[in-house]
Amino acid sequence: MASDSDGDEDFVSFGTPLEPLEEDEPTKKPVPLHEQTVKDEKGRYQRFHGAFTGGFSAGYFNSVGSKEGWSPSTFVSSRQQKVEKQHVRPEDFMDEEDFSEHGIAPAQITTSQEFSSSHRDKAREKARAVNAQAALIPGDTLLEELIAPARLSIGVELLRKMGWKEGQGVGPRVKRKARRQQTGEARPYGCVLPPAGSEDSEDDDDDDFAPENVTFAPKDVTPVDFTPRLGVQGLGYRGLDPGRALLGRGAPEHINLFKPHSETRSRLFGGAQQSSRRGGVAGQAFGVGALEDDDEDVYQRDSMSRYDTELGGEEPGDGLYGWTAPQQYTKKRDKNKDASYLGKILEGFTLAQKTVEDKTIFAPPTLPRDYRPVHRFHPSVPIARLSGVSPALAEALRTSRGHMVKEEPQEGGRHKMDSSHRGALLGEDALQGPSSVMELLRPEDRQRLLNLRSSSTTPSANATASSSHRAVSSGGSLPGSLPGSLPGSLPGSQSSAATCSPALQQQQEALASWRGVQSSAQTFRPFDNNPSKQARYELYLNSLRQGDKDALEQSVDSGMTEWERSREKEEFVRSSILYRPTSSSLSSRFTRAKDKESEDNTVEVSRDQESDVDDKQAAVKMKMFGKLTRESFEWHPDKLLCKRFNVPDPYPGSSMLGLPKVKRDKFSVFNFLTVTESRETAPPKSPETKKKSRWDDSKQKKKMKEEEEDEPQTQPALPEDTTEPEDQQSSDKKKKDGEEEEEEEESRPPMDLFKAIFAGSSDEESSSSEAEEEEEEEDTKEEEGKISTQPQNLFNISNVKTSIPASSTSVTCATTSTSQTVKAVVLSQSSSQEEFGPKLPPRSAALIRGGATSIRSPREEEKPRRTSKEKKHKNKKPHKDKKKKKHKKHKHKAKQKKSKKEESDSSEEDKDEEGDGQVSTEELLKRLKSVQSRQTR
Amino acid sequence: MAFPQTRPQAPQLPQHLLRTIECQQGAVRAVRFNADGNYLMSCGSDKSLKLWSVSTGTLLKSYSGHGYEVLDADGSFDNSLICTCSSDKTVILWDVATGQVTRKLRGHAGKVNCVQFNEEANVIFSGSIDGTVRCWDVRSRRYEPIQVLDEATDGVSSLKLMQHELLTGSVDGRLRRYDLRVGQLHVDFINSPITCVCFSQDAQCTLSSSLDSTLRLLDKSTGEMLGEFTGHKMKGYKLDCCLTSKDTHVLSCSEDGHVYCWDLVEGSLTLKLSVGPAVVQSLSFHPTETCLLTAMEGRVQVWGAEPKETEEDVMDT
Repeated sequence: MASDSDGDEDFVSFGTPLEPLEEDEPTKKPVPLHEQTVKDEKGRYQRFHGAFTGGFSAGYFNSVGSKEGWSPSTFVSSRQQKVEKQHVRPEDFMDEEDFSEHGIAPAQITTSQEFSSSHRDKAREKARAVNAQAALIPGDTLLEELIAPARLSIGVELLRKMGWKEGQGVGPRVKRKARRQQTGEARPYGCVLPPAGSEDSEDDDDDDFAPENVTFAPKDVTPVDFTPRLGVQGLGYRGLDPGRALLGRGAPEHINLFKPHSETRSRLFGGAQQSSRRGGVAGQAFGVGALEDDDEDVYQRDSMSRYDTELGGEEPGDGLYGWTAPQQYTKKRDKNKDASYLGKILEGFTLAQKTVEDKTIFAPPTLPRDYRPVHRFHPSVPIARLSGVSPALAEALRTSRGHMVKEEPQEGGRHKMDSSHRGALLGEDALQGPSSVMELLRPEDRQRLLNLRSSSTTPSANATASSSHRAVSSGGSLPGSLPGSLPGSLPGSQSSAATCSPALQQQQEALASWRGVQSSAQTFRPFDNNPSKQARYELYLNSLRQGDKDALEQSVDSGMTEWERSREKEEFVRSSILYRPTSSSLSSRFTRAKDKESEDNTVEVSRDQESDVDDKQAAVKMKMFGKLTRESFEWHPDKLLCKRFNVPDPYPGSSMLGLPKVKRDKFSVFNFLTVTESRETAPPKSPETKKKSRWDDSKQKKKMKEEEEDEPQTQPALPEDTTEPEDQQSSDKKKKDGEEEEEEEESRPPMDLFKAIFAGSSDEESSSSEAEEEEEEEDTKEEEGKISTQPQNLFNISNVKTSIPASSTSVTCATTSTSQTVKAVVLSQSSSQEEFGPKLPPRSAALIRGGATSIRSPREEEKPRRTSKEKKHKNKKPHKDKKKKKHKKHKHKAKQKKSKKEESDSSEEDKDEEGDGQVSTEELLKRLKSVQSRQTR
Repeated sequence: MAFPQTRPQAPQLPQHLLRTIECQQGAVRAVRFNADGNYLMSCGSDKSLKLWSVSTGTLLKSYSGHGYEVLDADGSFDNSLICTCSSDKTVILWDVATGQVTRKLRGHAGKVNCVQFNEEANVIFSGSIDGTVRCWDVRSRRYEPIQVLDEATDGVSSLKLMQHELLTGSVDGRLRRYDLRVGQLHVDFINSPITCVCFSQDAQCTLSSSLDSTLRLLDKSTGEMLGEFTGHKMKGYKLDCCLTSKDTHVLSCSEDGHVYCWDLVEGSLTLKLSVGPAVVQSLSFHPTETCLLTAMEGRVQVWGAEPKETEEDVMDT
């Protein structure tokens, strides 16, 4: 620390300098690792503690002089040589380390604790004075008081500037009893009797003097005395107070040697003295004298009740705790103390005893995008009546688009215009093609479809007939039409009226079906995941039940945009028709599912879609591997996986796994658009279709071809087969119109029909585009035409939709085959074995030899028993994944087999056929069953 | 030091039959060397896995616990663990010494085609016909996979791991390489169902065999084709292919009972090893030496570069 006396070098150097390099010196060998040990200046292994500070390696090299241990000093004294008086200090037995800065006896000049700044405060002086009194020579600390350190912490300095004095309590002003000030000293060590009577007496005293609006400064603090103990007695021991013993100011009961300074200190603080009653020596050491009155405490017995058995259980009094105070102690500081600290309370006001609970304030709702802070008048208010409106106000109203409908009916919102309107505005010619799906149907089918629907509607048959006709003629834009919400707003053209009509009809239908229905608990809740919408829907249903015709208008939220409103109306009407109340006997048997798959409304779609397969195939054919066939995606491995591989996480922040995905609404129109787009190129993403081989389509097409070639007679047979029962069915339905509701339940078109109509078209397009050859494309289109002409097939479209790559071709498969043929096929193939992907070779040579080589080995004769067994075994294997199919290659092979050796055993052929027809026949059977069940009804 | 290095010898090929092991566990679905090549594992269709010594051909241990035929196996780097996969949709982790099932991992929806440890043998990767690759943690007691890689749109027929890369071949005709370090998935389109994939020893190339009877050597980083190997027959069965330990040759099983061996650079057929009359189902090349294992039906054959002593030969034939 102190620099050397050399004047010119006044800097301080730390550490040992490197030895100066000498050029001639040979390079030193590096020190081996085992020799790189820390040694002190004497070459001893460096310890980090001296012998007195816990070093464990005390011994010869450390503190003991010789190898043998302590060598006794021999006492030699002669006349000539008088032995010198040996002064052995403790330092002689200490190591250098002990004298160092961190040793027990630092030889350097350091600020000892006694002279630290904290010593300065008065409270500490008091404490010291207490100690001094207890010391043998009273007033021992005189010297210490003379020397005052100059350092003070900045906090103390600041406080002083603010008028603080040492020892003064810090903190908000406290409302409490003044007398408590004096009881701060009692801090029992170990087991002490609680200060008997002190609390009680104080409580008594407090009653008379407790002004409510008087606050006190926080309690003065007497810091804990940290003076080192010098004696050998136990903790808290204090010798007999000579003054007390002799002057007759003894303890009330007996002298508690372990009660630290309480009396003395209280004396110092000017507290109330508890006057002693007698003099003389008293204490445990002396027993009870003959003059003593009470000797009840002679045989003081300890009992567990005196001990504090729980932490913080007792009221801690006013012991001077720091931040480690018991919880109870800290908890007592409540908020109003803080409040009072802020400043004076107004006169006449008192702080509330109970604090008001914090109200949770929610953030204001976010305004809808189209929110206009101007009140919108109901459009039915005629402007003509507002005759006294000033032109300025009228202008303002016009800009706010309130009720100027009459003057500018076209301004009612662009959503009100349909495509024809817009076209007219733009001066386009009307489109020539059919404007609706309905027009694509053949008239009789259309009629049938409508009948199907109307069979369950209002009893007034003539009304439905007329309306249905109108719907057909108008090309009823079913989904997007406004259900007559603002009848007068649109220019009074017949087209708008026509668009309204089917919606109106639907409304009537809904009204008819719901009128008078009482059961509200059993109804289906279609908008469960949107509570407000569901509430609106229920409102609508309620008004429907009461037969209210304006149910829609009332129930729909006025805060929404018109487009939303119209859409919601549409939804309400449709769902009210779909989820019409069943008859009570039926509905009582079913309970609604507790949790619908509300989360399932979204589908996860991969963000990065694979590009076109056709391009790649072309590239592969040209053997142009590389950029054309290579695709790279962002892929997120699991964190744990990276950890296991000892590899840094490539995306440390992300919580994604695998390929990045995007959530899309399952039933959104946009979803269908984009998904179908991707379906053309990428493998489908829906779970059922996911594991399908890409050979499926082509295979099926081929198969279809084969079927056509093989059995041409089935083809002409089918239209009759399917249409005839269909006709029957429809006619049946006409008959059953008035019959009970249960029947209607089943004959009603399912939701899938709508989906099929409104969403299925894009599917079909995509599937047809998949066709590679043009012939096939034509074929499929023809087939599609057939499908759309037959309402029965409409039901099947929904099935097809679930298995997307199967597409229209499989539909044709399903519908074209007659029941007999299918049954036959199924019977022959139901017990077949499925294998997907590359097969495993057979266990013995017997089977492959047929397929792979034509050579027959003698071993084959040995094996047939085994093979048959194996086959049986395999047959037992359950058909796990029906959607998977054997791929093209297999079939190729199968063909080869057939052509190669036709007289091979039948089992093999069976197997081949199974591979081809198995899966679709399974599906065929399923569909057929459903068809049959429909037909029988 | 002063002498020049001897010219590298022409790479030898395992053309001499050293030993035939009759495994007696049904058809041998796969045969695999362990990490150092001293032992071999044979996966039997009788639900058992057998551990053999390559040098003597003695059976060391039989591991039974699968519910259906065992399809693939892999040994850990320290030979303490073996993982197997089976048609019973499970992956089993075995303790080699005791032969006990350490863990049985369920989760695949179909039969599990391929399985492999990572380098430190703390993750097992298994590819299944259900189109997923599942990563199982060996360290923790979790029974769920760490991650499921479901990018394949058809069954995963083969997978290989090298360092931080996972290569999978799928029946959807795509070669997928998951790079853990970079966090990317590279998909190479090969217009045919892939039966087996391999990394080259220098981890720069990928070898894939597909059902169009072609082996393709692709550059790992760009996906460009470096070589095409044809001549064998692989049309319907899931057969193995591999590279030699020094990356000099490419080997593949064939349905005509041969093992075909091409020169890697030239692409020419250098050896047509006649194994037997039936389909060569699986093969495995020694990690360091010139030694080849082939599996046909119920037999495992060991092939080496040098012919064995005559007595042994006599015994084998």
